[in-house]
Amino acid sequence: MPMATNNEAPLLEIRNLRAKVEGREILKGIDLTIPAGEVHAVMGPNGSGKSTLSYVLAGRDGYEITDGTVLYRGRDLLALKPEERACDGIFLAFQYPVEIPGVTGFNFLKTAVNSVRRHRGESELDAMQFLKLVRKKAADLGVGEEMLKRAVNSGFSGGEKKRYEALQMALLEPRLMILDETDSGLDIDALKVVAEGVTRMRSPERGMLVITHYQRILDYILPDRVHVLAHGQIAQSGGPELAHELERTGYAQYAGQAA
Amino acid sequence: MIPEPAERVAARTFPVAELRRRLAARPEADWLRNLRGSALASVEAKGLPTRRDEAWKYTDVGALGVAAYGAAEAPVGTPPAIKSLTETLQLVLVNGFLVTPGPEVLPAGVSISRLDASISAELVQARLGGVLSPEGKPFVALNTASFAEGVVVRIAAGTDVETPIELISLGLPGGEPVAFHPRCLVVVEAGATATLIERHCGKGRYFSNGVVEVALADHATLRHYTLQDEAADAVHVGTLGIALGKESRYEGVVVHVGARLARHEVHAGIDGDRASFSLDGAYLGSAQQHIDNTTWVTHRAVGGNSRQVFKGVLDEQAKGIFQGKVLVERDAQKTDAHQLSKALLLSDRAEMDGKPELEIYADDVKCGHGCTVGDIDEKALFYLRARGIDEETARALLIEAFLAEVMEQIAVGPVREAFAAVVGQRLGGAHLIRRTDDHW
Amino acid sequence: MMTDGMDQVRSLAEQKYKYGFITDIEADVAPKGLSEDTIRFISAKKNEPEWLLEWRLRAYRLWLNQVEPRWAKIHHAPIDYQDSYYYSAPKTKDGPKSMDEVDPKLLETYEKLGVPLHERAILAGVAVDAVFDSVSVATTYKGKLEELGIIFMSMSEAVTKHPDLVRRYLGSVVPYSDNYFATLNSAVFTDGSFVYVPPGVHCPMELSTYFRINAANTGQFERTLIIADKGAYVSYLEGCTAPMRDENQLHAAVVELVALDEAQIKYSTVQNWYPGDENGKGGIYNFVTKRGACRGRASRISWTQVETGSAITWKYPSCILQGDDSVGEFYSVAITNNYQQADTGTKMIHIGRNTRSQIISKGISAGHADNTYRGLVRVLPKAEGARNHTQCDSLLIGNHCGAHTAPYIESRNPSARIEHEATTSKISEDQLFYARQRGMSSEEAVSLIVNGFCRDVLQHLPMEFAVEAQKLVGISLEGSVG
Repeated sequence: MPMATNNEAPLLEIRNLRAKVEGREILKGIDLTIPAGEVHAVMGPNGSGKSTLSYVLAGRDGYEITDGTVLYRGRDLLALKPEERACDGIFLAFQYPVEIPGVTGFNFLKTAVNSVRRHRGESELDAMQFLKLVRKKAADLGVGEEMLKRAVNSGFSGGEKKRYEALQMALLEPRLMILDETDSGLDIDALKVVAEGVTRMRSPERGMLVITHYQRILDYILPDRVHVLAHGQIAQSGGPELAHELERTGYAQYAGQAA
Repeated sequence: MIPEPAERVAARTFPVAELRRRLAARPEADWLRNLRGSALASVEAKGLPTRRDEAWKYTDVGALGVAAYGAAEAPVGTPPAIKSLTETLQLVLVNGFLVTPGPEVLPAGVSISRLDASISAELVQARLGGVLSPEGKPFVALNTASFAEGVVVRIAAGTDVETPIELISLGLPGGEPVAFHPRCLVVVEAGATATLIERHCGKGRYFSNGVVEVALADHATLRHYTLQDEAADAVHVGTLGIALGKESRYEGVVVHVGARLARHEVHAGIDGDRASFSLDGAYLGSAQQHIDNTTWVTHRAVGGNSRQVFKGVLDEQAKGIFQGKVLVERDAQKTDAHQLSKALLLSDRAEMDGKPELEIYADDVKCGHGCTVGDIDEKALFYLRARGIDEETARALLIEAFLAEVMEQIAVGPVREAFAAVVGQRLGGAHLIRRTDDHW
Repeated sequence: MMTDGMDQVRSLAEQKYKYGFITDIEADVAPKGLSEDTIRFISAKKNEPEWLLEWRLRAYRLWLNQVEPRWAKIHHAPIDYQDSYYYSAPKTKDGPKSMDEVDPKLLETYEKLGVPLHERAILAGVAVDAVFDSVSVATTYKGKLEELGIIFMSMSEAVTKHPDLVRRYLGSVVPYSDNYFATLNSAVFTDGSFVYVPPGVHCPMELSTYFRINAANTGQFERTLIIADKGAYVSYLEGCTAPMRDENQLHAAVVELVALDEAQIKYSTVQNWYPGDENGKGGIYNFVTKRGACRGRASRISWTQVETGSAITWKYPSCILQGDDSVGEFYSVAITNNYQQADTGTKMIHIGRNTRSQIISKGISAGHADNTYRGLVRVLPKAEGARNHTQCDSLLIGNHCGAHTAPYIESRNPSARIEHEATTSKISEDQLFYARQRGMSSEEAVSLIVNGFCRDVLQHLPMEFAVEAQKLVGISLEGSVG
């Protein structure tokens, strides 16, 4: 069932979030608020905790939350299972989408879409209805029919995997989109296609968290706010100009700020 | 069930009474006498295995007629001089007796002792029969009960021994066929590294039943290269046991070209975490040779790694067997175990039987095996001939290339070259040249 | 780190075996236990000719001197062969003449099992023979098949109506002396299906038998014989269920297939006998001998099996590739959960020239189960140009189960090419998380991933069965992850 939500509350509100992986503290008190309708970029050097943040928000096993809260539309996000978060509108575009041999894309996507629809109280789509829907969205993103027949992510190139993630995003119509290093492994043309797909999703109800090492993707998905993540904390926040500044100066200035 | 004919039963029965008499006559330490006694008892009832025993499904040892071989006597006269493959610490056993016990002066950290009645070192007591229990292994039991002499090699902790230790077992029966049972214990202590070369050769009719036990302590490394080049009429049974400690490494290569019937049996136990075991085998069979490689690799510890690659080339009426079992116990998570058996059949009457087996009880593991049997790739053959190479040479080239993957695992250059030369000599053309006995 | 998601799947464990109900029906039973009298009783019940009774008795006398095979990787308490009924038939006057005479309770049972026997209700294109305990209760679509000259009837009926065909082929692929369980079957088999497809006829519909063990303490020993004459084609489906009972029940069937020149037989099984409860109590002991002879040139036999049920499965559907250019195929999914044990695989015996075989085996082991692939590929000296490819994949779910692969590969022809590959893997947490991040529940995710793992095999099933099999794959593994 859709959860009771507080429409006044920000889309996502992270307070003093601390998390450990295999006993080691990676997130050391993150504060971050994303109001509906905004795109926030989190930038940071390798090992700063960017991917950990995305996994913690999506509810992956193996991450121990030691302190802090995460409210999603006013409700405790951390209490939910991964699929409940997904059904409630949180979508993580993976940096490295996993291969699932033997499971065709068509079957996978249909199962996912119908899980979400069921959760929203909508009727499930039959094969024909789904085929119509997926064909349309796939065409927008340059995902060929042949790719849908193949096993999920199996033998896909880096660019194909990312387009496939964007397709899933379009099909599942999430509210909060988390893009984890979506630009990695993409050439400029593929990046444009994916970024256009993502930009099409922007709306007053939706928010976006773009996690990236490089500024490049932010030329295509314009952020409202930019945050620098270093040593498991937000070291600095600012407008889009911060991203360009970082591009010039690099992350060296944050190197010494161990928490 | 159909009862076995009496003569077959006799053929596969240990000469127990004879062995008992010999044991009683030996002035040995109690611990050794007990070890021998229990080895004898462990199989007395069962005798030698038959093809009904799963582990001997493809090799009929009843036909060996073990009882017909007399016990070898200590050789007299000057020990034969044998050319070393490279600069080595050479030890020579003739008919199971240590005739050349190695150089007087050994590199630091290396100790080599004669394993005979005089030995009672704590180390040997604790280790001998500890890596390879005679229980359920009739030929190990037979060796344990019968070995005349052997060698104990010990590499002290932290020592890196560059010079390979070369252990040569020669079968030189005078007149009547003899049986002998060379025994070797190699202990590589923590962090030490050594290389062991094992060569088997001889003349005439004999039955060599060797046992080698290797105990690798934590972080120890042993490179072990075996050349089985026994006389054409010989029967060779060799059993190798390896116990791997934490983060230890065993890198073995075994090459078979000799013997009428050869069975090379390997039992490896990955007992310490993150230990690494690799074993490569190459075998060439012609005439009516029967070459059996049987391996058991048991993963008991976390993060172990094992790889096995066996490649065989079988001509005329030769028969090749590869049985390999990888057992991954419940606690051996993160194990990575792979096994590959490939054989080429060159003649209509050659035969290959394979049984690669996986038995897995841990879920987070990567295990696999592959097994292929076939002929020389016609397309490759044609390609070479189209470039002007005659068919015989082309075949030999392709066979050498097929075996190269195994030979390349020999990390010591001169040893690799020497082994390759023996293999090359047998590959004189499309057909394997019948062996001669005098090339050593 | 298998936490939340996996636990959740475990909590779904309590899904019960769906086909575990018992039909309360009056039955005609032989006295308990096994003796020559029992065999005479069965033979007399079926008005069998003297030769068949003699054949049964020969088998029985041989069986008395045989011992149960011990080589399989299975363990069970000794089977008391005297503590079982060897004949149990729903009571009818003379056996049903038409569907209308079939006891409505039986028809209802099959409706519940999803096997409607009324012709008008049957999925187009599937003719069904239903075996309830020991006897065939109904064979549908008989008329239409008769027009084509196809014989599809119960074995008992075939013995009376087509004695020559039965006598010529019965035991010709699996002789009565074959093995302990086949010999037992030869002595006491009660019914089964008989199919004969005449030369050049392409059977236009799937033929199907549905086996049901209902009565308590009853063994089921059916015997099926399928002959495809020159150039004929037939696809045959077999499904099995049994009530939930605490004691173990024995099922020892024999299936013989004969394919003559250019004939093709496709044999598909969805085996869902009661597997026992989550503690390993009860369940069917399934000791089955299935073998096909590709006698004719360019003939083809294809076995597809989805084995999800039974406490113990011991079966090796095999192909004797005698005819030149003949083809044998074996596609298998075996799923074991809780305390189930499966030792299953195939034998491909290459005798003729240019014979080809393909083996794909997918073993999934969960709970405390053991799952073994055991297979033999043997190439005899005359099998010039023989080819085999074997792919064996195992999937382990959890850390209390076992997955084993024991192939025997024997080649005696240099022009033959044999390739065997095996892998073992688990469902990765990455895969599970990915699917859950897209909104699927853990059990949906497991079912999806396992079905993907089995896809190469499931695609060989006829449509009608494929859907059922996919669902079964999901259900069989419920509660397995943890």
